[in-house]
Amino acid sequence: MTTMSPELDRRFREAAARENLLDVAYDLVDSPIGALFVASTERGFCRIAYDVEPEQELDRLAHAFGLRVLRSAPPIDPARRQLEEYFEGKRRRFDLPFDVSQLADFNRRVLRELARVPYGQVVTYGELATRAARPRAARAVGTVMNRNPLPIVLPCHRVIGANGKLVGYAGGLERKEALLRLEGALL
Amino acid sequence: MSSMTLPPFERFYEEHREEIFGFLVRRLGRDRAEDAFQETFMRALRAYPRLRHGEHLRAWAYTIASRIAIDEHRRPRADAELPELASLDGRPAFAQLEHLAGELPPTERAAVVLRYGYDLDYAEIGAALGSNATAARQAASAGIRRLRRKELP
Repeated sequence: MTTMSPELDRRFREAAARENLLDVAYDLVDSPIGALFVASTERGFCRIAYDVEPEQELDRLAHAFGLRVLRSAPPIDPARRQLEEYFEGKRRRFDLPFDVSQLADFNRRVLRELARVPYGQVVTYGELATRAARPRAARAVGTVMNRNPLPIVLPCHRVIGANGKLVGYAGGLERKEALLRLEGALL
Repeated sequence: MSSMTLPPFERFYEEHREEIFGFLVRRLGRDRAEDAFQETFMRALRAYPRLRHGEHLRAWAYTIASRIAIDEHRRPRADAELPELASLDGRPAFAQLEHLAGELPPTERAAVVLRYGYDLDYAEIGAALGSNATAARQAASAGIRRLRRKELP
């Protein structure tokens, strides 16, 4: 049985991205809180996920952005680099393009406000709702955080309950805690 | 997910890459197979959004790979002049065949086109169709019989 070399496989995956033939490129990025599934469209990063079931995630991306979903490292490299720097404590802001075109207006507005919450600081769900001009929508803001397509770079881990409790995190509370501790927001 | 639905390209690629590479190595030798492999899946990627369903994806991949292998055969190599292979001459004009075969049921069409258009042997066609050499031979001859009936007055 002839088997193809990993180089050949990599060469195809890189060429596919270089020639802009992909609707979505994705790759796995190592991190101290587990492997991250990171995906990008031509417009920008559209997904970061913990503990991904690849089959489901690929179907979801294909449904949202188009069938040409392929694992390819180069389009993901900027995020990989910045995430590495972040976890080494050398980066406080992410400078990456996002593709949130699939989200509802309200979600986008909340995430835009979320992106402004600085490194190492926390904000309550209610406060974030107020900043997004919907002061009574704390619960809806919680839902937006729970479905945040780009955790870490859109820092939903910085949003906590009014009583100071961490409340919840789609990736599990221990990760929220780890991120806040990394940023010096928790002792 | 039903077999009718097109899978994300990653799944299509993972499922067929080894087999298509093996096929191209048998046809072209290892060195030339690598370029042909890349070209096959680049072409598949370009055409993928135009596919209407996920049936016969394997035969589709073989068809693209075969076409590229034939082009590769015809193309003179940079480092050596290779004569045209005799087996590529004297086959039915494929353009005519494809036109005629278009009205056959899918399996027969794939078998006829892969056999007479692309010169795959029945074991390869069987593999492409997810069956075996015997079934491929039957499908091809059923297709040819059907074409003959249609052509004769």
